[in-house]
Amino acid sequence: MSLADLTIAEAAKGLRRGAFGARELVDAVLERAAKTEAELHAYLTIDHEGAREAAARADEELASGVDRGPLHGIPVALKDNLCTEGLETTCASQILAGYHPPYDATAVRKLREAGAVPVGKTNLDEFAMGSSTENSAYGPTRNPWDTDRVPGGSSGGSAAAVAAGSALGALGSDTGGSIRQPAALCGLVGMKPTYGLVSRYGLVAFASSLDQIGPITRTVEDAILLLEAIAGHDPADATSWAGDLPDFRSELGRGVEGLRIGIVEELSGDGYEPAVSAAVDAMVSSLEAEGARVQEVSLPTFDVALSAYYLIAPAEASANLARFDGVRYGLRVPGATTEEMMARTRAEGFGPEVIRRILLGTYALSAGYYDAFYGQAHRVRTLITRDFARAYEQVDVLVSPTSPTVAFPVGARTEDPLAMYLSDICTIPSNLAGHPAISIPIGLDPAGLPIGFQVMAPALSEPLLFRVAAEVERLARFDARPEVVTP
Amino acid sequence: MTWEPVIGIEVHVELRTDSKMFCGCAVSFGEEPNVNVCPVCLGLPGSLPVPNRRAIEWITEIGLALNCQISPVSVFHRKNYFYADLPKNYQISQYDVPVAHDGWLEITVDGETRRIGIERAHMEEDTGKSIHLGGGGRIHSAEATLLDFNRAGVPLVEVVSRPDLRSAVEARVYAQELRALVAELGVSDARLEEGSIRFDANVSVRRRGTDEFGTKVEIKNMNSFRSLERAIDFEIRRQVDVLDGGGELVQETRHWDEEAGVTRGMRTKEGSSDYRYFTEPDLVPMVIDEAWQAEIRAAMPELPADRRARYLSLGVDPQTAGALVGAPPAFRRLFDEAVDAGADAKAAANWITGELVAWARREEVDPAEVAVTGAGLAELVAMVAAAELSASAAKDVLDGMARGEGSAREVAERRDLLQITDRGALEAVVDEVLAEHPDAVERYRSGEAKVVGFLVGQVMRASGGKADPRVVNELIRSKLDET
Amino acid sequence: MPIDIDISHVARLARLALDDEQLERYRRQLGVILEHAARVQALDTEGVEPTGHPLGFTNAFRDDQVRPSLERDVVLAEAPDHRDGYFVVPPALEGP
Ligand SMILES: [Zn+2]
Repeated sequence: MSLADLTIAEAAKGLRRGAFGARELVDAVLERAAKTEAELHAYLTIDHEGAREAAARADEELASGVDRGPLHGIPVALKDNLCTEGLETTCASQILAGYHPPYDATAVRKLREAGAVPVGKTNLDEFAMGSSTENSAYGPTRNPWDTDRVPGGSSGGSAAAVAAGSALGALGSDTGGSIRQPAALCGLVGMKPTYGLVSRYGLVAFASSLDQIGPITRTVEDAILLLEAIAGHDPADATSWAGDLPDFRSELGRGVEGLRIGIVEELSGDGYEPAVSAAVDAMVSSLEAEGARVQEVSLPTFDVALSAYYLIAPAEASANLARFDGVRYGLRVPGATTEEMMARTRAEGFGPEVIRRILLGTYALSAGYYDAFYGQAHRVRTLITRDFARAYEQVDVLVSPTSPTVAFPVGARTEDPLAMYLSDICTIPSNLAGHPAISIPIGLDPAGLPIGFQVMAPALSEPLLFRVAAEVERLARFDARPEVVTP
Repeated sequence: MTWEPVIGIEVHVELRTDSKMFCGCAVSFGEEPNVNVCPVCLGLPGSLPVPNRRAIEWITEIGLALNCQISPVSVFHRKNYFYADLPKNYQISQYDVPVAHDGWLEITVDGETRRIGIERAHMEEDTGKSIHLGGGGRIHSAEATLLDFNRAGVPLVEVVSRPDLRSAVEARVYAQELRALVAELGVSDARLEEGSIRFDANVSVRRRGTDEFGTKVEIKNMNSFRSLERAIDFEIRRQVDVLDGGGELVQETRHWDEEAGVTRGMRTKEGSSDYRYFTEPDLVPMVIDEAWQAEIRAAMPELPADRRARYLSLGVDPQTAGALVGAPPAFRRLFDEAVDAGADAKAAANWITGELVAWARREEVDPAEVAVTGAGLAELVAMVAAAELSASAAKDVLDGMARGEGSAREVAERRDLLQITDRGALEAVVDEVLAEHPDAVERYRSGEAKVVGFLVGQVMRASGGKADPRVVNELIRSKLDET
Repeated sequence: MPIDIDISHVARLARLALDDEQLERYRRQLGVILEHAARVQALDTEGVEPTGHPLGFTNAFRDDQVRPSLERDVVLAEAPDHRDGYFVVPPALEGP
């Protein structure tokens, strides 16, 4: 087995045992990337030099007794909508081709401070808008489990990299499922923290009230390790939580006996692949066998969550993406007047999905339509949060599939925006409520494609979420790896 | 047909906080372009705003000073429009819940005092600056536009009046009062020439006696109080002419052309002003509760209206009180110190507004540099009351005090200005004068009483102006009558 | 419910220079999506307040303290066009 296939926790132990150095570890990861990238295209930028330097520094520090903690010397991948000082950050868009931010995102800075080794910037759907990583201006990413299929999205590059071993863990961003869905489709753990737990400073905004940065890893333990490094109050983000952070490990190992688990009625039925439903049902039975008290719970407003999401997110995006105008940075397409220059730059610099959502959001906010669309969507959002609150009076956590389907073939949904949007039907409610949620791999379908199991918990209940996730992970005994890494 | 003008004023006030509204860049004027910029105020991808607490306290001060209600919970909105000097192509502003609303400001025109309603005062961020190259600086024919973002993100308070103003003069006085108020609060440089305070006017006319509003025209680009008044006057006349000629007005924005003395319509694309306001998701609501408001109120300086009332209660006459309210801050402090030191308030106010203000102007001395102390002024007032100084000698003493020559008594002694009130000393002088002017004594005795004035004058002259004229008068009459 | 969309007006508001064919395609796609999105209108939201921050906190401020700005060279390095320390754009057609 290559060092590239270690979990973060295993690698951290190996580094401290002296079994290998951070240089060897990063070389193994870069070597894996060299082997898989042509086919997968998980990365937009690989920072060979920066990664080797950071690894060398980690070796020196660890040798001299400076231990920055479990991420010290660990190669990680960063979604390319996280600003990295001096390292190209494109959001997979033409409009930011060649853009070098003058600062690091807070989450990136914290990873660097923890001694992690950023390997590079991973591919995504342009500005994180999509569920397949096909909407990248630089070409799609392929699923390591089946390169004819998508890795999910929008953090598909991060998921593909971790699944392939071209990173030990990665950061993604999740606005409507963009961490959890690709994690599910790539057989990984993907976690979206409570809104406000991780600073958004330096994350190029898609929908500000929904975006959260979170980890994509091979294990629940690794997800905790990454989250511990990046969570916490940031004075540069006015929406970041300034209160005490929960101890993410405080409930680990307590099992699920007596725990009340709710199956979301609305997240099943037509449109859910039988293999997905069967795997989820089997996991629920296992949990029940461990002593959990399982019941079905109805959250009726989930039926309109997708509709609300596809008004709120594009509306916020239409304003967030207005700054890309060819004036101060990024692409400029010439025009005779400022207005013409801006309009041409934007029309040529943005891809079709981004333009579609900007138009959608602009329409939903415009005079005469605001109340019926954006305003109403926001009130519905409140109703969804109330549904959650009512459900959590009856149960401790909610469970569902992460995605109605396994990884779908490249091109299968690109001509039908609505079908693509339906990929996020299970993940969107947690973003609307700002609650934490996690996807854990629980098995493969008959074609050998991974299936993800979603656990949702109330705001700031990460300790409970990780406790249940760790139990799901233990029961699933998921240890399959994609073929690309086992030649 | 008579027409009544209906005018509302929108005022933009740049706050003079140390740092910008949503980032740590310095607020400063007249620097090299694009030196006070950072990821936040340049709208770089990924950056986020964090509001400046002091700016929120200062807009609350403005709201309280304008007798407004302070919203217990207030939120920021995004105002969306594309413009090259607006870095994010949206402005963080406020929409339906401004920090302050429903207040008033008193103005006095031609001796009549009126309350002008304040609709709202809200917080927003300023834009950058565009310089249009070529085309004589005019937007339409420029060859390129240069952009400087130093000003982008400077805290800006917009104060919107109700359409309560009825003439260009009233509008000008309102603007001046508002400028004085924010200068008084110390929250803005409030300099028109630097654009740290800017005025737009909404002008319409309607038939006198009716309640409905006419078609509203917004006028921009007025860089002085005078041009504000001229522009509104012009616009009223223009609208009346159009209506009298049977024409119709269009709702539009017009630019004031200072040189030509006219307002001109601006080219606008139809439907371009749909700002698509929505709650700023990068910020959380602001709760300015009673406790915080009380703290802010306690830190506020005394406002003109309160100050006037206090002066009147101290016995200062209304006209002098008015003058003192408008006097330079150093002189108002001097007044308060003099009263604290026991001076008669009315007399102290008269000396300050009558003599000291003129002295500082004549000598071109900054009021803060004038060396008179409160205790010194109190002493001077007391000496005049005790007839130790004549009115004219007191002016000389004040001059010496202002130059830092010492206390009132020290100056009076050094300049030899103390009034002689000692009867014994004056009696000798009076005797001398009567002996020198026997003809005058004779005329008095033959019934020509007014000759006393001549004799008093002679005594005053002989004493070098220091004799107390009341005592001299008394002495002369008693001497002339007794023989 | 067929939804009427003045797509060229929306594109103008969003500063997107799209040709007629693109406009027509987006108009059709938006129609489909909006019809689905319009399902939010079926819910009774009388008296329901819109959601604020999920954790419900308020008053996140910073102190009025000056922090270093960016170096101008760094700022202008990413600019498509600049001159004498200014960003440069083609002339404006109209005022804001
Ligand atoms: Zn700044």
